[in-house]
Amino acid sequence: MPAQSVKFYQVGSRAVGNRLLDAELRTEQSSADRRNSITSGHRACQGCGEALGARYVLDTAARVTGGRLVTVNATGCLEVFSTPYPESAWQVPWLHSLFANAASVASGVAAALEAQGRTDIRVLAQGGDGGTVDIGFACLSGMFERGDDVLFVCYDNEAYMNTGVQRSGATPAYARTATTEAVGPIPGSRPGQGKDLPRIAMAHEIPYVATATVAELRDLEAKVEKAMSMRGPRYLHVLVPCPLGWGSAPAETVRLARLAQRSGLFPVFEAEHGEVTSVLPIRDRIPVEEYLRPQRRYAHLFNDPPRTDLIERIQQIADRNVARYHLNPHEAPRETPLEISHEEGA
Amino acid sequence: MRRQLEGSRAIAETVARCRPGVIPAYPITPQTHIVEALGTMVRKGTLTSCRFLTVESEFAAMSAAIGASLTGSRVYTATSSQGLLYMTEAVFNAAGLGAPIVMTVANRAIGAPINIWNDQSDSMALRDSGWIQLHAPDNQAAADLHVLAFRLAEELSVPVMVCVDGFVLTHAFEPIDVPEQEIVDAVLPPYRPRQVLDPDAPVTIGAMVGPDAFTEVKYLADHALRSAPAVFERIAAEFADAVGAPQRRACCVQDYSTTGADTVVVALGSVTGTLRDVVDSVEGVGVLTVTMYRPFPAEQVRAALAGARRIVVLERALASGAGGIVTSDVRSALAGLDVPVHTVIAGLGGRPIGAASLRELLTRPGLGDVTFLDLREDVIDRELGREAVHETDRETAYETDREPVAERDGQPAIEFDREAAGEFDRELDSQPALEPAGEFDREPAGEPAGA
Repeated sequence: MPAQSVKFYQVGSRAVGNRLLDAELRTEQSSADRRNSITSGHRACQGCGEALGARYVLDTAARVTGGRLVTVNATGCLEVFSTPYPESAWQVPWLHSLFANAASVASGVAAALEAQGRTDIRVLAQGGDGGTVDIGFACLSGMFERGDDVLFVCYDNEAYMNTGVQRSGATPAYARTATTEAVGPIPGSRPGQGKDLPRIAMAHEIPYVATATVAELRDLEAKVEKAMSMRGPRYLHVLVPCPLGWGSAPAETVRLARLAQRSGLFPVFEAEHGEVTSVLPIRDRIPVEEYLRPQRRYAHLFNDPPRTDLIERIQQIADRNVARYHLNPHEAPRETPLEISHEEGA
Repeated sequence: MRRQLEGSRAIAETVARCRPGVIPAYPITPQTHIVEALGTMVRKGTLTSCRFLTVESEFAAMSAAIGASLTGSRVYTATSSQGLLYMTEAVFNAAGLGAPIVMTVANRAIGAPINIWNDQSDSMALRDSGWIQLHAPDNQAAADLHVLAFRLAEELSVPVMVCVDGFVLTHAFEPIDVPEQEIVDAVLPPYRPRQVLDPDAPVTIGAMVGPDAFTEVKYLADHALRSAPAVFERIAAEFADAVGAPQRRACCVQDYSTTGADTVVVALGSVTGTLRDVVDSVEGVGVLTVTMYRPFPAEQVRAALAGARRIVVLERALASGAGGIVTSDVRSALAGLDVPVHTVIAGLGGRPIGAASLRELLTRPGLGDVTFLDLREDVIDRELGREAVHETDRETAYETDREPVAERDGQPAIEFDREAAGEFDRELDSQPALEPAGEFDREPAGEPAGA
């Protein structure tokens, strides 16, 4: 499995810092001329991973398209905090219709642009994990299958945060939410690992699927740039920690995203036409416990006595990801991925 | 030039001459012939500069329509019945966003029980969605109304539903004149959107509006909708002039033999033709056809009905638990006038509305508040009788501690195994009471790390 090339200013890469680079190699965000596609002054919470991710995604998309960009937004935090009428944080054309239909609306936008012969204008749709993996799933799958020229970006904070932290199909095992409280013999979300949309997207054999986190922002920018260099349906899945829903300190957002990747729980990779083409290697893997502990949504695993059985199950999921995507260059690749039991009870 | 055409074909050809830019389509009977024809035209290249999008659901169809419309394309789609309900959320949304989409609704019943035939339950369910609703009395009107619909939608920035009775019109062959391209072009100028997604002039569309402005937004949308009758009649006159056929001039409401009529029948859609035939041979009865149902042209309805001594509203839908839907609108329009308004529910799920039944109905000495035309009363009586018996059986069974029910109506008696039933009761009694499964803990379980 080829590893992704190191991006400068990639934290943890031990590579050269941004300030020492030539201007053209620096991040979009370091430029005084950055687009500010979503300007400051919006109403996101402190430490919002989604606001950070969206800023990087859209500024890069706006730059690489020369500003020839229109966006479609699903209902959710991003839509609510950015457009409380009469305010709007958006400096790009922006359309919000409903919760479930961002992908279909974007298909319609792309179809209209094609019919009008204005294919120089590119379409980017975005939503949270609920609007992507659950209620918006049929529309998204249809958009993939038809080959519509849209980049869909999912900002995954692993639950319905806008409505008050309820479980979504992307909520990880044992995470506490308002609809999966930390009570009973199997506390928190059910012991699956949530709906793995990047892999489902790959099954559509679309030109490009990638995952990223808000810890590796240069990597995120590079993936947006790559996605926008292609045509057809593309999917970008960005892990965006949510201090409110995860019960984490706002200052910890970026660190938590990094720990998710370094633990193996959130594999960062790229795939083209259904095949994984590169992964972000884990150079210094951490036990999942190090990622889980700072989050109150997992606090019930660390009571007295701790639920080591459940933590071990989560560790197995991380191990399987590492094996499946060959995330650790120092671990020999396994022949078959680990099986994780989905049965109730550990 | 009049040609012998299927209604769906005439609608499709007319829509094509309206030069739509995007057509998202999802199949549902009886609307399919329309989008099939349009899809073929796009494939063959006879309909140019148009994208035909085969989406995965009606919800996606209306959603794609919204996106395309707000990107500045003229957008058309068609649906029926369950499909209309499935896209309901997006139907309301299209109106709220002011997307001037035109959609044909091939009217069909709503299940359960599943039924593919005609009534108007579908579009009636969405009458307050903020769309203009036009009902076609015949296939020539169905074709013409689509040209008017695009112009009306775009002039007001409001979406328009053209309702066409499923099968009765969509699948009927009639001599129809599809408006010539030059006429359509003259009546329907290129689409100039009010607001559009454009990188050169970025706008935010679909922002979140709170209590401080929501009422005003809704008021203004309603205000725009209410201007539709006047605009529609102006456009319709322009169209009829362009076609050179005054008889094809559409009106919000159309009266027939109402002058001096004792009774006026109010109806929507294809039943108009039958009704006109019937009243030709029934003394003192006229017909008022409502073409624009939303916004409801109350003033015109009131003016047209003011002289009547009895109003009969013929409804192809039923407001369960309430009665007639159009009746309510008619009653409101007639507020203060002392004239009885009777509801007749007819043609549900495709039951034909025959001339003989209508003639009998209109000459019947007394008419109740709500009458179901051609109701098979023997079936109803038998079923209601059976219900009553079952009701008694249930009570009796309980009171007499599960005495076997005697054989009735040739049905086998329901035997109770008293021994087994007693066993079950004893078992149930021995169970402990249900306790709450666990403590409901909403308090944070710890301090935020690093805080």
